[in-house]
Amino acid sequence: MGRLEFDVAHLLAGGLVLMSFMLLYQDRLFALLNVFALQAVVLALSVSWQAYVQGAPHLYVTAAIALVFKAIVIPVALHRIIVRLGIHREVENVVGVGPTMLAGMGLVALSMVVMLRVTADAYPLAREDLAFALSVVLLGLLMMVTRNNAVSQIVGFMSLENGLILAATGAKGMPLVVEISVAFSVLIAFIVIGTLLFRIRERFDTVDADALDRFRGGQR
Amino acid sequence: MIFDLAIQNAQMLLVLALAPLLTGFIRKVKARLLRRQGPPLLQPYRDLLRLLRKEAVLAENASWLFRVIPYLIFAATWVAASLVPTFAAGLMFNWSADLIAVIALLGSARFFLALAGMDAGTSFGGIGSSREMMIATLAEPATIMIVFTLALLAGSTQLSVVAGFMLSPAVGLRVSLGLALVALVMVAIAENARIPIDNPATHLELTMVHEAMLLEYSGRHLAVIELAASLKLLLYMSLIACVFIPWGQAQPGGGASAQMIGVAAYIAKLAAGGVLLALFETAVAKMRVFRVSDFLGAALMLGLLGTLLLFVSRSL
Amino acid sequence: MAPMIPASPAFALSCVGALLAIAVLAIPGGRLRDAAPVVYGACLATSLVALGGALICLLAGPPASNVVLPLGLPWVGAHFRIDALAAFFLAVVNLGAVAASLYGIGYGRHESEPQRVLPFFPAFLAGMNLVVLADDAFSFLLAWEFMSLASWALVMAHHREGDNARAGYVYIVMASFGTLALLLAFGLLAGPEGGYAFAAIRAHGASAPSAALVLGLVLLGAGSKAGLAPLHVWLPLAHPAAPSHVSALMSGVMTKVAVYGFIRIVFDLLGPQAWWWGLPVLAAGGGSAVLGVLYALMQNDLKRVLAYSTIENIGLIFVGLGLTIAFEANGFHAAAALALTAALFHVFNHALFKSILFFGAGAVLTATGERQMDRLGGLIHKMPLTSFLVLIACAAISALPPLNGFASEWLVFQAILLSPQLPQWGLKLLIPAVGALLALSAALAAACFVRVFGIVFLGRPRSQQARDAHEVDRWSISAMAMLAALCVIAGVLPGFMIDSIASVVDALTGARMPAQASLQWLSIVPVAESRSSYNGLLVFAFIAASASLAAYAIHRLASQAVRRAPAWDCGFPDPSPSTQYSAESFSQPIQRVFGSYVFKASERIDMPAPGDMRPARIKVELRDLAWELIYAPIAQAVSFTAERLNRLQFLTIRVYLSLVFFALVTLLLALAVWP
Repeated sequence: MGRLEFDVAHLLAGGLVLMSFMLLYQDRLFALLNVFALQAVVLALSVSWQAYVQGAPHLYVTAAIALVFKAIVIPVALHRIIVRLGIHREVENVVGVGPTMLAGMGLVALSMVVMLRVTADAYPLAREDLAFALSVVLLGLLMMVTRNNAVSQIVGFMSLENGLILAATGAKGMPLVVEISVAFSVLIAFIVIGTLLFRIRERFDTVDADALDRFRGGQR
Repeated sequence: MIFDLAIQNAQMLLVLALAPLLTGFIRKVKARLLRRQGPPLLQPYRDLLRLLRKEAVLAENASWLFRVIPYLIFAATWVAASLVPTFAAGLMFNWSADLIAVIALLGSARFFLALAGMDAGTSFGGIGSSREMMIATLAEPATIMIVFTLALLAGSTQLSVVAGFMLSPAVGLRVSLGLALVALVMVAIAENARIPIDNPATHLELTMVHEAMLLEYSGRHLAVIELAASLKLLLYMSLIACVFIPWGQAQPGGGASAQMIGVAAYIAKLAAGGVLLALFETAVAKMRVFRVSDFLGAALMLGLLGTLLLFVSRSL
Repeated sequence: MAPMIPASPAFALSCVGALLAIAVLAIPGGRLRDAAPVVYGACLATSLVALGGALICLLAGPPASNVVLPLGLPWVGAHFRIDALAAFFLAVVNLGAVAASLYGIGYGRHESEPQRVLPFFPAFLAGMNLVVLADDAFSFLLAWEFMSLASWALVMAHHREGDNARAGYVYIVMASFGTLALLLAFGLLAGPEGGYAFAAIRAHGASAPSAALVLGLVLLGAGSKAGLAPLHVWLPLAHPAAPSHVSALMSGVMTKVAVYGFIRIVFDLLGPQAWWWGLPVLAAGGGSAVLGVLYALMQNDLKRVLAYSTIENIGLIFVGLGLTIAFEANGFHAAAALALTAALFHVFNHALFKSILFFGAGAVLTATGERQMDRLGGLIHKMPLTSFLVLIACAAISALPPLNGFASEWLVFQAILLSPQLPQWGLKLLIPAVGALLALSAALAAACFVRVFGIVFLGRPRSQQARDAHEVDRWSISAMAMLAALCVIAGVLPGFMIDSIASVVDALTGARMPAQASLQWLSIVPVAESRSSYNGLLVFAFIAASASLAAYAIHRLASQAVRRAPAWDCGFPDPSPSTQYSAESFSQPIQRVFGSYVFKASERIDMPAPGDMRPARIKVELRDLAWELIYAPIAQAVSFTAERLNRLQFLTIRVYLSLVFFALVTLLLALAVWP
């Protein structure tokens, strides 16, 4: 494998991690959606680069799915939901931005240590992709944990899923079926959560997930 | 040897001569972007000359330190600026301080400026000093992380060596370098008191930082400090240019023509940097003082991330 | 007995004997008038001689001989030896002692109860010397405890003032705890055969699990003495409580003796290191560096600020030691030599500038009777010499080039930059993070000392006492000036320092940094010139030249007229000095940024309604988490147990007898069941 192939793949995968951090940094919902769309674009680029490098044309389909659904359809839809529901435009954090970022750095370090150690004799490109993918997944989880707002939790979940796709394309020879199913599962999850949002809104007049706890009678 | 010494001296004089021009240029571009005429390009020189000729008014309580500090700040900044390779790499005294020492020299200048702010015993001076030191506590670790990234890549903290490495094909496309560049730009904006951290054009505002420390200065002292501030801006631009776009720098042993090309390339880089800074400053709004920690925290995070990602690409 | 050449342990021991004799003579003599200058003068002379001996040992190579005195345990005797490491620390100890004694000649006159200070001061010096000289576990521990007790007596010299009694109590508890940890460590090191001489321990070596245990115990024992977080709680209480020249010794020198103990046991006695030992040392060092200086920034008591900043510097030193372990365990001897040189260089530097700062605090205390920064200000006009010397120390401790603090910190960063070659991922990722922590602590230290100097010496006086201040005596000034000159020299010519430490480093890591003194222009090059180099001399010369050139040119060619006028202050000047920035307001932005995580800071603002005439108030609460999370529970548990055990006092004879009986039966049962 040539030097350039590796460098570009590294650049794009690193860009994905960076986008995850930018998601953590945002404090406005619309900006969050824009960054998410950008992350999807980077993911599409990364996947199509893998398709080119590995000579696997079916990966282009995955890239196209990522581009169409995640970079365009879902952000636009969420945008409209936010407008229609009149949700607070600000992200409500449980933990401040600074500590979240630091925790994120720790998670990235952890995933590098784990992945580089476990996959010691794998193909270098796959190794690196896996390390980055695990970071993206963990950062997505972190985002879901530290945010109160249901919309940002959805975004966190989807960025987590971006990490999964990165891992899937990095591992050579993964069949297309799986990817399509993964993409569709996200779509389904999106629909489910979207309708859920409406339901929450109808019942409790807020999308703050803490409100659910309160109504369940649980104590924080 | 003589030629080397001449080039070193030429660099020292060049940065000193160009610094006010850069400030004037940025002001001009900003004014044009706002569809104003703007002051002439040479206005900063005229301001400096006028200030130099005036008498210095000292506050009643000002001590000897207050009068010494402007020269100390100027000297530390000037020495730092002349140690960063601008138009030629491998200057004669480049090795006397590496990147960490250059940053620490700027730290010395800041230390004394903050002391000057507290000398007259006024409330505004204290505001400026305390905020400046707060900003520095966040900017300095970010800078060190950037230095780490560069040093891990190039295997050196010598600026000439780093610039040489960046010119070599070994550098490749690296996301860490991009992160380091963004972080360095953020730090440079904060360190030079530019929008969105501080407004260089304001003089009577509760949010001012840099200007608040200078309130009691007048005459020649003010002129020297203003010149040092311009030099610092030039230094950061040269630093970014030297590390990230070193093309066109004259290499050691290059003849007079190489040096001329180097100077031309350097001025072109500065102009580009000035236009970009003016564009950026026009496009964003100043942020609250306590949002600064988020801004610089992000720079620190980018630096750390750059170092971490570098480990991945290096270990393969 | 070895011949009395100045470079032998016997010579150093006779200096210790002289100090002890001074201590004994000072017990009856302490009450006499004018006893203080005599005692301090004698200490000064003895320490100077001892310093000379130590320097000869360090530069000319340590003597081979060692001394065994028929003291202590009859079958062991008391062994004393000077090797390169001991010589270096002897030099640091005695340099601090010289400065403190010189300062004491002037400062001691103002002592209210000299009989409480004079006997213990020479004893304290003797104790520190003995710790470094000791060559067996028994005399090491004895000297360690002697040093602790002598310093405790000095902490309690003003036991009626304020919190000092509590400080002494916390100190003695922590010191005993530290000695206990070291006692156990030596017990493990000596093994079942009980070879307590260091030579026997070295030959014997420790097995891997017990070595790890020893490391933990040494971190507890020496770390608590040095003030490593979270074992630091006693330090900011005890160091400021002592008279200022003793504070300087405790902060500048005694913590270094603790560092010596750590180096002696971990690098010399314990045998080959494992790479993961570096992890706790690095983490503790980095954490102490940031926590120490953050706490320092929040204090209002001048001496307490300095004590907290000691914790920061100790953190930096331990980071250097942790790096040394990491490199040494992986066989990178040159890198280990660099890291150890940096740590030792900083040991020396910190002894210099922290002593100046405590002397300066003492001078301020003499001149104004105040330690609270918010009641000082404007002293630069009344105490020009003191403030100039303190300014040098403030710049040095804030790691500003071209002074010495920067040189050692620069070396630490250079060592950190070599970390990617380490094979272990844990170290690879931890060390850059520790580097970021160090950069953070350096920047915070700069903020801290801008605050100290700006509030205490600049601005307008905030109280009548500050207005009436006057310059201190010549002895105090000369002690500070001597150390400040050394700060500048060590900063401008770091190459000589590195070369003179080289023999110490060589003995411990088996490598040395490249010889620096022969390099062109006296610059320092830790690894290779293409990698990094720094030249303090040239930087100093450039700054001096361009500053004076600019000043000359401007005064000559432009204007040199000066007019005095009221301060401008943006058009709102206020004659009352209380409108100046205070120490608390200076640190408020930093407290806002870091406080809520580190101190659980809470701010309450009481803003009166419009029309209400009472003043608005802001109330800030900071909490020491180490104290609350670690010490308070322990103290609670101890008092709980004590209360339970208290009942044992009020039992009948029959119950006591039955307790004894059951204990006997249980022991016999245990013996029977034991395989």
